[in-house]
Amino acid sequence: MTTLAPRVPSRFLPVLATVALFVLAFGVGSARYDGFASGQVIANLFIDNAFLIVLAAGMTFVILSGGIDLSVGSVVALSTMVTASGLQAGWPVPLVVVAVLLIGSTLGLLMGLVIHKFDIQPFIVTLAGMFLARGLCFVISVESVSIKDRTFRDVATAAIELPGGVTITYNVVIALLVVAAAMYVLHRTRFGRTVYAVGGSESSALLMGLPTTRVKVGVYVISGLCSSLAGLLFSLYMLSGYGLHAVGMELDAIAAVVIGGTLLAGGVGYVLGGLAGVLVLGTIQTLISFQGTLSSWWTKIVIGVLLLVFIAVQRTMVRR
Amino acid sequence: MTPPLNEPPPPVVEMRGISLAFPGVKALQDVDFRLFPGEVHALMGENGAGKSTLIKTLTGVHRPDGGQVVLGGDEVAFSSPGEAQHAGISTVYQEVNLCANLTVAENILLGREPRRFGGIDFPAMRKRAGEVLARIGVHIDPGSSLGEHPIAVQQLVAIARAIAVDCRVLVLDEPTSSLDAGEVAELFRIMRVLRDEGVAILFVSHFLDQVYEISDRMTVLRNGSLVGEHLTADVDRRTLIAQMIGRDLGALEAIEDAAEKRHPDGPVLLHASELGRRGAIDPFDLEIRAGEVVGLAGLLGSGRTELARLLFGADRADSGRLVVDGKPLRLRGPRSAIAAGIAFSSEDRKGEGLVADLSIRDNLVLAMQAARGWTRPLPRRTKDQLVEKYLKALDIRPANPDALVRTLSGGNQQKVLLARWLVTEPRLLILDEPTRGIDIGAKAQIQQLVTTLAAEGTAVLFISAELEEVVRISDRIVVLRDRRKIAELDGSVTGVDEVVELIAGGAAPEKVVS
Amino acid sequence: MKNRLLWPLLALAALLLLNLIVTPSFFSLRMQDGALYGGLVDVLKNGAPTLLIALGMTLVIATRGIDLSVGAVAAIAGAVTCVHIGTSGSAGTAIAGMAIALVLCAVLGLWNGFLVAGLGIQPIIATLVLMTAGRGVAMLVTEGQIVTVNNTAYKQVGAGFLVLPISILISLLVLGLVAFVTRKTALGMLIEAVGVNPEASRLAGVRSRTIIWTVYVFAAVCAGIAGLMISSNVSAADANNAGLWIEMDAILAVVIGGTSLAGGRYSLTGTLLGALIIQTLTTTVYTIGVAPEVTLVFKAVVVIAVCLVQAPKARAALSFRKVAVPS
Ligand SMILES: Nc1ncnc2c1ncn2[C@@H]1O[C@H](COP(=O)(O)OP(=O)(O)OP(=O)(O)O)[C@@H](O)[C@H]1O
Ligand SMILES: [Mg+2]
Repeated sequence: MTTLAPRVPSRFLPVLATVALFVLAFGVGSARYDGFASGQVIANLFIDNAFLIVLAAGMTFVILSGGIDLSVGSVVALSTMVTASGLQAGWPVPLVVVAVLLIGSTLGLLMGLVIHKFDIQPFIVTLAGMFLARGLCFVISVESVSIKDRTFRDVATAAIELPGGVTITYNVVIALLVVAAAMYVLHRTRFGRTVYAVGGSESSALLMGLPTTRVKVGVYVISGLCSSLAGLLFSLYMLSGYGLHAVGMELDAIAAVVIGGTLLAGGVGYVLGGLAGVLVLGTIQTLISFQGTLSSWWTKIVIGVLLLVFIAVQRTMVRR
Repeated sequence: MTPPLNEPPPPVVEMRGISLAFPGVKALQDVDFRLFPGEVHALMGENGAGKSTLIKTLTGVHRPDGGQVVLGGDEVAFSSPGEAQHAGISTVYQEVNLCANLTVAENILLGREPRRFGGIDFPAMRKRAGEVLARIGVHIDPGSSLGEHPIAVQQLVAIARAIAVDCRVLVLDEPTSSLDAGEVAELFRIMRVLRDEGVAILFVSHFLDQVYEISDRMTVLRNGSLVGEHLTADVDRRTLIAQMIGRDLGALEAIEDAAEKRHPDGPVLLHASELGRRGAIDPFDLEIRAGEVVGLAGLLGSGRTELARLLFGADRADSGRLVVDGKPLRLRGPRSAIAAGIAFSSEDRKGEGLVADLSIRDNLVLAMQAARGWTRPLPRRTKDQLVEKYLKALDIRPANPDALVRTLSGGNQQKVLLARWLVTEPRLLILDEPTRGIDIGAKAQIQQLVTTLAAEGTAVLFISAELEEVVRISDRIVVLRDRRKIAELDGSVTGVDEVVELIAGGAAPEKVVS
Repeated sequence: MKNRLLWPLLALAALLLLNLIVTPSFFSLRMQDGALYGGLVDVLKNGAPTLLIALGMTLVIATRGIDLSVGAVAAIAGAVTCVHIGTSGSAGTAIAGMAIALVLCAVLGLWNGFLVAGLGIQPIIATLVLMTAGRGVAMLVTEGQIVTVNNTAYKQVGAGFLVLPISILISLLVLGLVAFVTRKTALGMLIEAVGVNPEASRLAGVRSRTIIWTVYVFAAVCAGIAGLMISSNVSAADANNAGLWIEMDAILAVVIGGTSLAGGRYSLTGTLLGALIIQTLTTTVYTIGVAPEVTLVFKAVVVIAVCLVQAPKARAALSFRKVAVPS
């Protein structure tokens, strides 16, 4: 770290700190538990958290622009519900996929428009979006609907073999593609740079003549799209649709993004930070499952404590 | 050079009968304004006269309540600054309105960035930005983030953004408020080039010298109404000022008298020895006496603000000692400085000074209230008296204690900040650029105030980019260069030249007095 | 200022009117054993914990913060008290238990304050730590069981009546207290200053950290009292479900009341109205018999509607001028 520090601009420090922490946590795990340090454990981190990676990518856009999106967990649930019941009703898979993505981005669009046009705080609008999406799940069905469609199951269980005998799922590939796309958009396009500008100072961005409206609405569309895509991934992961899926997942996504060094005030942060944040959260879970003997309350306490350790260490590393 | 003014071409911008009201304020009333191609047109008026508002009405930030805007013969109604930009109006707004979290290059070129393979071409962008900056004589790394640079550089970057594209109309709302003489000269050179190319330039400044140097024509506003439009050559300063303030200029004469040098010999109030902070300012010695005005002169980034922040405890010193009243003082933060009678009015009034969403009243008493602690609120009556006193003393407008500071014009905001510290009756008042963006009448008032305070025994550390001002009111001048104190000049200095020489960094002698 | 509260007030009135139309008996009150009963009283009684938590949240939000841990803190308070009371029926034990619980809550508030003001961690994440771990702690205290108690003194806090429900009296008392303290001292102004511009406040000599610390402790204590009400009302401590998602309701109440999440100006009266709106909404769902499947959809629609009527921009859509960009 120290040898790197002078050459690395300070704005990358939080991300690097998070990555370093992840490596450290992994090191601790490997030292403590047999079989922790295997490629498959790392691969599983990605497999088990693919949907969260996608959510965090979408959330990064929103948070960078200075907003927040609380609806993502519920939109994931709604997407699993639409997927499951659509497939149950015999819709072809492509239709289901398109429908789900359309619903997610439309919801995002609506929230974005309300936020922007009427100047209502994002927290509230997306909280209402959260109620709405979850409510719609129960309108479709209050029961859990399992997915029996062949194609879908095949995709869900298909394993891609990597060198070294490590396997991953298509979910992982999709998640990583989303991360790559998000990075491209944020760093290489006017839209992306305007997201940063709006997060830095909205009134300045407006006076600079940047397309603030498009950006302020657009980030919610992107987040909605990512949420519904994450919902599809979650359906593949759980092979069921249920209104109580993904409860509280919005907080996981926000936590991941913020742990990755993105400022909630907007304007500062990176997609890769969010990815690192997800991996940190995933590692915490993995550590706990390797420990294996914890009661459910100790699990919660340990998650909280580890979260704290990560945040505190990251703070001190960034401050130096 | 200048187009024949007696037979001007049709105006490129024509605003007719513009009116605009904010809640409680009629900012513009039936204002007419014309801007011709190939001229520099100065918009003049006191703080709060409505200059910025007129500009924002032109560029689509505000929609006028009444009146028309005609651009190049067509009536327009821009609904956003972006549209105005597309129509060929480039604007530098008052205060720096850029994004501190982006790079300098992005701040200059975002919105018309060079592309490659559909994405932004960053190398090309940095190169372009570097070229534009070089055009106005700025040499900084375009890849650095804007927030790292001092306000003046940010202001230059804003100007670079405005001239980075071809435009028909260039609007500059107080672009020179933070610039030093060299930078202003550079800016004027560019403005002349653009003017000769036929660009219409709208220019706002409270520096009359600058206005007379650069402008061809001027429009004067007072209290939101049009007073008149003149050729610059036709009005002398006296008339202009009288038009702006609406009466004769008694106040202005006063400073000239105050300029006479005094030799304060009060007791030493503050003594810093080897005080310094790595990366901010090298260790320095400084002594300030009660009743003395010490000026800080130096270029941008020479460490003026950094020095002031150390004395106030806003940043912590990592070396040296501070003695106040003969007793060592360890500054743990602004609070301990304030307790020792030190006050600091920051140059960045938006970010570090005012609490924009609170009222004038709350902003005025904030420092005093903070010093008393929350359990001992100032009695309502005392508060009202204080507020009334300072609203009047500094002529803050609107004189409504409940107005939110956010809605005040720049100059009035500055006065509120100043008043906040005066309320605490400090023994050492550190003023970092207190007259930036302030109209000529108010500037005279503030300078007068500094002199009066000093006469009453307050020590003042006065920082300003405007050397004339420093020389005029300081009893002693400390010169900084490259984050180092290089000289201290006593009251015998009368001209700016001597200081300029030191600042500019020829092999000037270490002329240390006292 | 007055104007800003008009719209939440109208929203509340509209909701109440809806109830009146659907269930005409909604407004009827009856006295029984020196206690008042009726639809309105129910709203007050059930809304008391939310109101209390929202009060603490208002001050936290005014400093530009947010406290997600209040639900967990409420659960801890209930758990600690119930476990302390155990099988005892004495008032002394109940009071001691509550005192212990509230002191513990204050400590938890100090902890949040330490993370936010001391370490400078973003509030949402700082309090997420306690939100997660806090439920674990509550379960640890109750050992994962639902602990029931039978203590008349304790029962008073959440279910007792002094003509009006004691719980709402407590909440209103706290409201009055906060209003008095923030207005009569300079605390309110300093909180707002810190919320609007922390750096400028620091340079003006405001003890920003102490103030931030204070509001988190206050929020935690409020959450603690609310937790006592919730647990006392059912004479049991349910570590898993007590106060679940109440932080969201509280935040919603604060925002509906016109306080911005960006910090700065806040309105306690607004929060009161906001909390009443939220609770009336929940009650309405039952009284007008909204099907459980669409409860959430209904709630979403009402929340948006309430926000829309309040939004100056939505109303200004009728008038002409664009909202000015702050210069
Ligand atoms: N957004 C706003 N809301 C309310 N009042 C405003 C707003 N913007 C400006 N005003 C008021 O309009 C009047 C004109 O302000 P303006 O900023 O145009 O003055 P100015 O001539 O540019 O002054 P300065 O030289 O100090 O910059 C002032 O009284 C100011 O308080
Ligand atoms: Mg102005």
